[in-house]
Amino acid sequence: MEDLCALRTAGTAACISEREQSIITAGRNKTSIACTTDSLAGSVSQRACVFCGARVVLNPVTDAVHLVHGPIGCATYTWDIRGSLSSGSEMYRNSFSTDMKERDVVFGGEKKLAACIDEIVEKYHPPAIFVYATCVTGMIGDDILAVCKEASHRHGTEVIPVESSGFISGNKVVGYRAAAEALLRLITPGDGEQIEKTRKLNFLGEYNLGGEKWLAGRYLREMGIEINVAFTGDSTVAALKQAPGACLNIVQCTGSMHWVAMQFEEKFGTPFMDVTFFGADNTAESLRKIARFYDDPEITRRTEALIGREMACIRPEIERYRRKLVGKRAAIYVGGAYKAAALIRQLRELDMEIVLTGTQTGKVEEYDAISRMLDEGAIVIDDANPAELEKFLQEKNVDIMVGGVKERVLAYKLGIGFVDHNHDRKECLAGFWGAVTFARDVYITTCSPVWKHLKDAQGVA
Amino acid sequence: MTREVRTMLECIPETPVQHTTGKINPAKTCQPIGAMYAALGIHGCLPHSHGSQGCCAYHRMHLTRHFRDPVLASSSSFTEGASVFGGAANLKTSIKNVFAIYNPEVMAIHTTCLSETIGDDIPNILKQADIPEGKTVIHVNTPSYQGSHITGFSGMCKAMVNYLSQSDGTPQKDQVNILPGFVNPGDMREIRRIVTELGVKMIMFPDTAGVLDAPLTSRYQMYPDGGATVAEIRNAGNSALTIALGAFASNDAAGLLQEKCGVTGIPKKLPIGLKATDEFIMAIKDWFGVEVPASLTLERGQVVDTLIDTNIHYQGKTVAIFGDPDHVIAMTEFLLTMGMVPKYVLTGTPGKAFETEIRKMLDVAGITGSRVKAEGDLFDLHQWIREENVDLLIGTTYGKYIARNEDVPFVRFGFPILDRAVHPLMPVVGYRGCLRLIEQISNALLDRRDRDSLDEDYELIL
Repeated sequence: MEDLCALRTAGTAACISEREQSIITAGRNKTSIACTTDSLAGSVSQRACVFCGARVVLNPVTDAVHLVHGPIGCATYTWDIRGSLSSGSEMYRNSFSTDMKERDVVFGGEKKLAACIDEIVEKYHPPAIFVYATCVTGMIGDDILAVCKEASHRHGTEVIPVESSGFISGNKVVGYRAAAEALLRLITPGDGEQIEKTRKLNFLGEYNLGGEKWLAGRYLREMGIEINVAFTGDSTVAALKQAPGACLNIVQCTGSMHWVAMQFEEKFGTPFMDVTFFGADNTAESLRKIARFYDDPEITRRTEALIGREMACIRPEIERYRRKLVGKRAAIYVGGAYKAAALIRQLRELDMEIVLTGTQTGKVEEYDAISRMLDEGAIVIDDANPAELEKFLQEKNVDIMVGGVKERVLAYKLGIGFVDHNHDRKECLAGFWGAVTFARDVYITTCSPVWKHLKDAQGVA
Repeated sequence: MTREVRTMLECIPETPVQHTTGKINPAKTCQPIGAMYAALGIHGCLPHSHGSQGCCAYHRMHLTRHFRDPVLASSSSFTEGASVFGGAANLKTSIKNVFAIYNPEVMAIHTTCLSETIGDDIPNILKQADIPEGKTVIHVNTPSYQGSHITGFSGMCKAMVNYLSQSDGTPQKDQVNILPGFVNPGDMREIRRIVTELGVKMIMFPDTAGVLDAPLTSRYQMYPDGGATVAEIRNAGNSALTIALGAFASNDAAGLLQEKCGVTGIPKKLPIGLKATDEFIMAIKDWFGVEVPASLTLERGQVVDTLIDTNIHYQGKTVAIFGDPDHVIAMTEFLLTMGMVPKYVLTGTPGKAFETEIRKMLDVAGITGSRVKAEGDLFDLHQWIREENVDLLIGTTYGKYIARNEDVPFVRFGFPILDRAVHPLMPVVGYRGCLRLIEQISNALLDRRDRDSLDEDYELIL
C-alpha cells in the first residue's frame, strides 16, 4: 500500500496529472470533461479496442458466421462472451478464426481467408459471413474488401467485411461505427429491390442480454405494436434485411446505434427516438413516447393499462428494497453514457446517493448531461484506471458499485458490493420486473451477510 | 438415423467432414496472455502489453474471469501513429508513466502481433529508455501468430532467467528451483507445501500464490504479498537443481538456467496424478538425499486406498480430454492409472512431442484406436465424439457446449474455467490433487447414473 500513498497525493483529483481533464466534479466547476483523448501510453485502462466494439455489436446476429481474420487470440477472447440469447440459430455462438500463422503474416493472409470462407460456405451455407479485420491484417494490408467481394460473387452469399483493426484510435466507439457500416451494407436493398413499409418498429441498440429484447417485445405486442427486428439481439440476416420496412426506430444503446438511426432517417426516411428500458420510470416513459408516435387512441389506452398494472405490481416490491437501501452510496462505471444515465435514475428510485459516475466511451455532451443529473460534489470520470477507481471508491465511502467484470473484483477486494450491468449479467434487468430484479441484486450485494464476517476478521466491528 | 440437434453447436455437420483451414472453436489462445500470467508470478510486477489496448483489456478480462481476482496490466495503447512509425516512442512513454504512476518493482513487457509485425526492436528501445534506479524491466517477444498461450508463458519464464538469474559463485547445495508451469495459484501453493515437507529449500518462479488467490481484507493492494521476488529469481542461478514441471511451459527456462548458470535441470511432468507426483517427489529425494516424511507417505496411501474404493465406478470408461499440453499429458497418465480409456486426446497448442508422448503412454497401456492430436480445435473433438461417443469429457469451460449437445458428463480441468468458482484455490497437483480429481471424476459419473436410473434401479448406496 505504501506504493500507492505517493499516488494519492500526486494530483488533486487524478492520479496521473495528464488525466486531470478527464475527471470533473459535478456542480463545482463548469469545465468540460476531456473524453475523446486516446488512453495514455503506459496506463492501466479499462478500455477495449475497435475490434471489440465491432464484435459486441455484430455478434448477436444469430444465423451469421462470424469469422475473425487474424491470429487466434482475438477469436478466443470474444467467443460467446456477449450473453445475447437466441430464439433460433446458435451459429453465432461458435468461434471461427483464420488462425493466422507467421507465414500468413509474411506472405499475406488473403489466400487463407478466401479458403476459410470457401470452407465455411461449403459446410454450413450461412446466409451471411461477417469477416472481421484485426490489428495484424490491417497492418500487413490484407485487402479484405476485395476478398469478401470476390467470395460474395463466387458463392452468391453475403460476405461482409468489418473494418475493425484494433489499433485504430478512438476505442470501442469506432468499432461500433465499423459494425454499423457492415450492418448498413447488409440491409441496403439491391437495385430494384423494394422493401414494403409496415407499422412495425426496429429496436436499435438492444442485444437481448437475459432475454431483454423478448421482454420489450411482449410489452409492445400488448400495446399493439410489433418489433420488426432488433439491432442486433436475436436477429437473423433475413430479418435484418427487412429493417428498412419499419416506420420507426427506437434507439437504446445510443453509443453504438445513433449513427445507424441517422443513416436510416436519411436513406429510408425512418424517424427515430431514444428510449431506455432500464428502470421502471424510464420504461413507462419510453412506452408512452412510443405510443405517442403511433397516435392511436387504442394503443394509448393499452399502454396506460399496461403501465398502470405493472407499476402497481412492482411498487411494493421496489419499496421493500428501497427501505433497506435508502441513503446507501453508489458508484457507476459502465461502457456507455446512455446506460450510466439510466442507472443514475434507477438508483435514485431506490433513494440511493450516486457519488461517482464514469464510462469508457462517453461524449462531452453526454458527460455534461450526467453531471447535471448528479448532486454537487459527485465525481464524473472518463476512461478511469483501477487506481483512480480505487481512490474514489474509498474516498467517497461507496457501499455498492455497478459496473463490468474488471470492476467487480476490484470492488469486492475493497469490501464493496457489486452489481454487473454488462456482458456477464445473466438476469433480465430491463422493464418493470427488471427494475425489481435490479433492486434485488443491489440489495443482495449491498446487504450481504458476508460483509459482517469481513469486519470480524479484521477485528473492527 | 438422424440425430436431433439441440440448441448448441448446430454447426457440426451431420456427416464427417475434413476441416482444413483456420480454427473453429479454438482450444488455445494467444501468447501474450500466457506471458501476462507468468509475469503476475513475480512480486511487485506490472505486466505491460506492447500493442493496442484491446489485447491488454482482453487478457485482463479473461484472467479475471478465471481467477476472480483483480489483474492489472498496462498497455502501450497503440494507435495509427505507432503502427506507422513504430512503437518505440509509446514504449518509452509507457516506461516513464508506469514507474511514475504505478511504481512497480518490475515491469514485464510482452509484445503483441501488432508490435511484432511492425518489428519493434525491444532490447534496443530498452537501452534508450529511462528506467529508474533500482527498478527492473524485462521483456519477451510473444508474437500471437506462433504457438499458443503456453508458448508465451514459457517465454516469460525464460525471460526471467535471461534478465535476472545469476550465478554468483556461491552454489547452494540444498536449494532447488521449481518451475511450476501454467498452473493455478492453489497448485503452486501445494507444490510449495510438498517441497517444504521434504525439507528442501526452494525457489519457485513464477509463483502466483498470494497474487491471484489473495484474501479479501477490504484493503486493496495493487501489488499483493505473493510472487517470486527479483532477489529469489536472481538467486535461482545458485541452486543445485531445477525441476521443470511440464515440458511445454517450463523446459525452455530450465534449459537456459542450465546453460547460463550451470544449474542442472530435470524435466518432469506436471505432478498431476499418482505416478507423476511420485516421480516429482522421488526426483527431489534422490538428488538431495532427503527422507520422504511420513505425512506424504500417508497422503499417498490415502490416494491408493481411495482408488481401490472407487475404481468400480470408472474403470474401463472412455474419456475425451482436451486442454493445455502439459496438463493433458499428466492427466492422461492418471486416467491410465485409474484404469480409464483415453479415447480422444487433444491440445490446441502445436507440438508433435505432445502426440508422441501420449502415443507412448497409450502403447504401454495397450490401448489402441485412440485419436490424438496437437494443434486441434474443439470442432475436431466434437466431430470425433459425434462419430463415437465417450463416457466422460474432461477439459476447460469451452467443453460445456459439447458436453450438453452430446449429453456427456463433464469434469472441468485446466485453463480457462469461466463458469465455476473456487477451482483456482483447489490444487489438482500432488496427492491431495489426486483425491480431488478422483472425487470429481467419480461424482460426475455417479451423478449421471443417479440422473438416468429408473425408479427400480435407483440406489441409495453407491
